[in-house]
Amino acid sequence: MMVAFADIVRRDVRLALRQGADSLTVVAFFIIGVVLFAFGVGPEMAVLERISAGVLWVMALLASLLSLDRLFQTDYEDGSLDLLALTPTPLGVIVAAKVTAHWLTTGLPLIATAPVLAVLLNMNTAGFGALMLAMILGTPTLSLIGAVGAALVLGARRGGVLLSLLVLPLYIPVLVFGVSAIDSAVMGMATQAQFFILGALLLGTLVLCPWATQAALRQAVE
Amino acid sequence: MSRKNPTRPINPILPATTFAGRELLCIRGERRVFADLSFDLEPGDALVLLGRNGSGKSSLLRVMAGLLRPAAGVLLRDGKPVADDPEAHGGAARHVGHMDAVKPVLTVAENLTFWANLYGGSSEGVMIALERVGLGHLATLPGKMLSAGQKRRVNLARLLVAPAPLWLLDEPTTALDKTAVAVVESMIAQHRANGGIVVFSTHVDLAVDARPLVLDDHIPANREPLP
Repeated sequence: MMVAFADIVRRDVRLALRQGADSLTVVAFFIIGVVLFAFGVGPEMAVLERISAGVLWVMALLASLLSLDRLFQTDYEDGSLDLLALTPTPLGVIVAAKVTAHWLTTGLPLIATAPVLAVLLNMNTAGFGALMLAMILGTPTLSLIGAVGAALVLGARRGGVLLSLLVLPLYIPVLVFGVSAIDSAVMGMATQAQFFILGALLLGTLVLCPWATQAALRQAVE
Repeated sequence: MSRKNPTRPINPILPATTFAGRELLCIRGERRVFADLSFDLEPGDALVLLGRNGSGKSSLLRVMAGLLRPAAGVLLRDGKPVADDPEAHGGAARHVGHMDAVKPVLTVAENLTFWANLYGGSSEGVMIALERVGLGHLATLPGKMLSAGQKRRVNLARLLVAPAPLWLLDEPTTALDKTAVAVVESMIAQHRANGGIVVFSTHVDLAVDARPLVLDDHIPANREPLP
C-alpha cells in the first residue's frame, strides 16, 4: 500500500514537472496577484504593511484554487480514474497520494515564494516566522479541502466556477487563523493558539477529506 | 447456452476463479438498461456480450468491474459477493474500456510501468508485455506521439503486466489493425488456457469460441425506474 502511495506521488509529480507550465502558472498567478495589490494600494509603506498578511493569504488561497481543476480532471477525461478505482489499492490511499503530489507541486512553491512577496509588501520582519509556519500548516489543508471540491465537480459543465463556490467558503478558517497568527506575531503577542487551530484543521481534514473525496470519485466514475 | 467448453484450461497457472452474476438490474439515468440478468463463468470460460448500441454491454462490463453498482442482484467471485471486498476484486479483474488512459507526457514504458507497479507486476513484465503487443521498439516514445491503435495496444498490454484471472474487455479491437486483432485473439486464447475468464463485447468477428450473452433478451418489460 505504501509502495502504491509512493508510485502515485512519483507519477503525479513527474506529470506536473513534465507539463512544467502547471506549477509555474500557480506561482506566477500568486506573484502577479500580490504585485497588483501593491500597485493598487500605492506606495504607502504603512498601508502595505498593515494589509500584507491578508493579501498574501487571500492570493495563496486563490492560487491554490486555480490549480485544483487538474487534480482529477485529466485522469477523469482519459480514463485513468476508472482504472485507479479498480486497483487493489484502496481509493482513499490513492486520493491521499494525489493530494500529496498536488501539495508538493503547488503548496510547496507557494511557501517558497511567500517570504519574497512579504518583503515586497513591507511585512514586519517579526511576522516572517509566523507566515512560514502558518503556510506550512495551512497549504496542505487547502489541498485536502480542494480535493473534495475537485472530485465533486467532475463531469459538471463550467466546473471551475462551481468549484470556487464550493471550496472558497471552506477556506475561510484557514484564512482567518493564518492571518491572525501573523498579526499576533507582528504585535508581539502569543501565536500558539492560532497554530494549534491550524494544526487541528490540518489533522481534521487529513482524516475526513480523503474519505469524502473517494466517495465523490466513486460517484463520478459510475 | 451450452456448458460445453472446448478450451478447458490446459495449464492453469492462474488461481482458479469462478465469476457469477445473479439477477442483475442496471439503472442508468433513471432508466432500466437490463434486468434479471444472470451468468456463471468458470476457469477457461469466455463470454461475448451481444446487443444493439445502448443495450447495456458497456454498463454490464462496468458492473462486472465494480465501477457501477447494480441496482439489484449480486455479483459473486468464488462464491463471495464482490461488493464485500472491492480492493480484492480490483486485484483480480482487469477492465479495458473505451478510453486508453495513456498519459501524453509519459513514455510508453513509463505509462505501463505505473500500472504494473499498482498491480504488483515487475518492470521486466512491462517489456515482455510491450513486445507481445508489438510496441517493444516504441517503449521510450512519449504517449502523445502514439496513434489511436497504438494507444489501444498500450491499454491491452496492461492486461499482461500482472496476472489477473478476470478480463473484462469493452470492444478491445477498436482502432486495431488486423495483426493486432490476431494478437488480441491469441492473448484471449492463452489467458483461457491459463485458467482465466474473459468477458468481452465486440462489433467485429473475433476468432474466439465464446458463449454468447444476448443483452436484447434482458430488456426490461417496463423501462421506467423502480417506484
